[in-house]
This record gives sequence, C-alpha cells and structure tokens, in this order.
Amino acid sequence: MEAINNLLSGSNVTDVLFYVFAVLTLLCAVLVVANPFSRNPVTSAMFLVLTIISMSGLFLLLHAFFLAAVQILVYAGAVIVLFIFVIMLLDLKEEQRRKIKFFGLAAGLVSVGIVVSIFLKSLASIQPNVAEPALEGETYALGKLLFTHYTLPFEIVSVLLLVAMIGVILLSKKKLE
Amino acid sequence: MDWNFIIFSLVKIAVVVGVVQGLVAYSVLAERKISAWIQDRVGPNRTAPPFVKFIPVLGPFLTRLGIFQPLADGLKFMFKEDFTPAGVKKIYFFLAPAVSVIPAMLTVAVIPFGSMIGNQKMVIADLNVGILYTFGIVSMGVYGIVLAGYASNSKYPMFGGIRSSAQMISYEISMGMSVIPVLLIVGNLNLSQIIGWQATNGWLVVYSPISFIIFMVASFAETNRTPFDLPEAETELVGGYHTEYGSMKFALFFLAEYSNMVSSSAMMVTLFFGGWTLPFWGLDHAPTSLGMGLAHIGVFMAKMIFFMVVFIWVRWMFPRFRYDQLMDLGWRRFLPLALVNILITAVWLWIRS
Repeated sequence: MEAINNLLSGSNVTDVLFYVFAVLTLLCAVLVVANPFSRNPVTSAMFLVLTIISMSGLFLLLHAFFLAAVQILVYAGAVIVLFIFVIMLLDLKEEQRRKIKFFGLAAGLVSVGIVVSIFLKSLASIQPNVAEPALEGETYALGKLLFTHYTLPFEIVSVLLLVAMIGVILLSKKKLE
Repeated sequence: MDWNFIIFSLVKIAVVVGVVQGLVAYSVLAERKISAWIQDRVGPNRTAPPFVKFIPVLGPFLTRLGIFQPLADGLKFMFKEDFTPAGVKKIYFFLAPAVSVIPAMLTVAVIPFGSMIGNQKMVIADLNVGILYTFGIVSMGVYGIVLAGYASNSKYPMFGGIRSSAQMISYEISMGMSVIPVLLIVGNLNLSQIIGWQATNGWLVVYSPISFIIFMVASFAETNRTPFDLPEAETELVGGYHTEYGSMKFALFFLAEYSNMVSSSAMMVTLFFGGWTLPFWGLDHAPTSLGMGLAHIGVFMAKMIFFMVVFIWVRWMFPRFRYDQLMDLGWRRFLPLALVNILITAVWLWIRS
C-alpha cells in the first residue's frame, strides 16, 4: 500500500497519468453521444463503460480507492450491463435510422448549459492547496462521515432509491391488485 | 520512482500469471480425468510426445495420467483455422474473448498467495479496498459474454448472452451481501488484514458459515459452472454465447472460465479458510525463514486446489437448474438470507462489544 502511495506521489507519473485519464474520459464521453463512425447504441454503451473506467482512474490518482472501486462495481459492473441488456432486447435498426429532433437537441443543450454553470460555480469556490481530503483510501473515514455529518442526506437518498425500487416492482407486475 | 517496487512487482505479476495459466491448463485436464473417474471411464491416457516412451517406468505412468494432454490441446487450439462466420459484428466479435479474459486474469492481483519471502509481501497489490476491487473486476467479466452473444448475430449466442447477464447481476448482489458479515467481523477490507485476523482468531467459516455457503453457491453461478451453466446449456442453446467461436478465440473463453474458477477458489480460501495460514505447525504467523515463506505459498495452493476439485466434482454430480429456479434461488432465497445474516452478525457483534 505504501509503495503504491509513494508511486502515486511521484509528481511526474501522476501528472502524466492524470492527462492520460482526463483525455480518455473526455474523448470516450464525446464518443458516447456523438460517434461519427457508428450510431449503434451498443457502441455508445461500451464507450460509456470506458468513460467510467477512466473516471475511476482519476479517482485513484486522488487516492480515493474506495470511490474508484465502487465506481466500477456499481456503474460499469451493474448499471451499464442493464443498459446493454435492454438495448439488446430492443429493435436497434429503428434507433440507428432515427433523425435528431430539434426539441431533443434544445433540451439537451439547455441541460448541458445548466450542468456546466453549476460546475463552473463550484470550480470557482475551490481554494487550491487546502488540506488533504478526508476520503483518502480508507473506507472508515467515508463511513464515519456518512453516518455522522451527512446522515440526513444519506437517509433521504436511501428512501428515494427505495421508492424507485417499489415503483418499478409495482409497474412491472402484470396485474395490479 | 521506486525501482525496487517496480521490478519486484513485475516479477510477481509474471510468476502469478504464469502459475494461473498453468493451473488453468491442468484444471482442464483434472476436469476430464475426474469426470472420467466419476463416470467409470479412463479419460485422456494416450497423448505423449515421442521421446516419452523411452523413459522406463515414469514415461508410461505420466502418459496414462494424461500429463501431456494440455500441451496437445493448446497446440491444437493455436493451429486450428481462425474462422470468422459471415454476418458477425467484426469488432465486437474479436473484442469479446479479450474482454472476458482480461478481468479473469486481473482478479488475482489483490489475492495474498503467501506471507513474505525475504522482505517482499507475496501479493501483487496490497489494496485497502481489496474485496471491492475483486467484486468490481468480477462484475466486468459479464461484458465478454454479453458482447459475444451480441456480436455473433445468431439466436443461440444471443440467448446465452442475455441469460448470463441476468444471472451474473443477480448473483453478484447475493455474493456482495454474503461478504458483509465477514467485513463486519474483521472491520477491514484489506485481504491481507483479513488473513491476519483469521490467523489469531480462527477461520471465518466458523464465525459465519451462512456467508460461506452463499458465497460458494454464488461463485458457482458467477463462473457459469454447473449446476448454473444456463448460459451455455448444450441441450437448449447448442453452445450458448460461444456457439459461433472456434480455435483460439474459443480457447480464450475457456481460459476465462477456468481463470475465474481459480480466482474464486482463491477468494474463498482467503475470505473463509484463513488464506496461507494453518492453525498448527506454527504456520499461522509471519515467517522466520525462507522455507516457512515457501510453505505458506504451498498451503495456499493446496487449499485453492482443494476448492477447484470441489468445483469440478460438483459439475459432474449435479444436474442443471431450470432458469426460473435459478432466479428464484438468487433473489427469493439467498438475498433475504444474506440480509438476515448481516443483521444477526451486526446484533451479535453489538451484544459482544
């Protein structure tokens, strides 16, 4: 563990790796939505997997090993497998021929704009060279924060997920009694 | 740059990958031999390079054991024509075998296969989130099968791919839940620390047998082995996701399946059976000599091979489940059982503290 930490602290390696992962993340993310070579939904989903893997590489460089592992476990390992599962069951040809609608494009651009403005706002509020983040590697610190300082948001998110789950079960039942 | 670290890591990676490949080759042989013994047959007993018959007693004995069969199998796979059926999706068709092999080989990176030799830890990467890493990588294995099913552009592989993705996601949840009691008891995600805890307090299979049973059954399902080999059920799906594959590409799927078997056996040994420790002969603490270090590796290998034989044995003793039974077992039996197990363990730990 210390050896890996030392290796990650070596500034040159970390810098190079950061640029590699950052470029990979951005490139794959663009290819998910705007792939000039293929409009195949499976290709998009696979690029989404690559995006998530390179993002977990970025988490690793921040010494957030837990987040990196969970990122791969939850998103790449479960969520996108379900995406592909659904895509495989649908009619792909229709999706490939579909033209981009104006309304969809406008809605997409607006939501991208909102996300970017939130991102810029939070980027402006970050002070560089503050103390090391408490998330470093250890799951202990993360768990403690979640169950002390952030208990309410954590519980609200859990209830939200539970509601979604119950909703899905209700909708997928054939007969509603 | 820490050159020492890099060089030793490379050596360890090379050795571990080599050993896993060897184990895979010989577990295929073991599979054929054990199935033959169970079904009252002989199994592979002919193949041998020409010079072997000149060795007096040992030569015929090794030939009869089939020791040279894996070499012949490997050569056959490599020199067979690499046939690509018409109408497949080329890129994914070539990508799928690779995508299924890579995660299978990556899992062994965090498993401590021995204690120490000199001042080198016998583990490639001693991660603080070892268990989560393994689950993450194992969950990537499903892409190989799904892509193979999709790329083959044929209905049986498609069914195989869909079946396996549903099966693997379902059992991953039970598998992850089954390990939580272990984490609660030990209080650490690091596999080396889990082994260290077991060395002082006893094997975790005693503390949490339900976890072990769920974990073992779920790993049978994750590796697509009988009784859960629905993705490649011959009687219904011809060959499942690898129906359209031949030669080395097919061999890569085979390699992935058996590497998964190796790594899940290693995980079972590490999590529930004390890893490289044995409670007697002083093998349960840090080694004092080179011989002890090697003995620890031997102990680990012996335990791992035991579980691999269990995998093979189960395959030839049990019939295949029906798909609805498989899903029922995963979601309606194991998941609630694992959740109750977490609760009971947590309450027990709370009372004791």
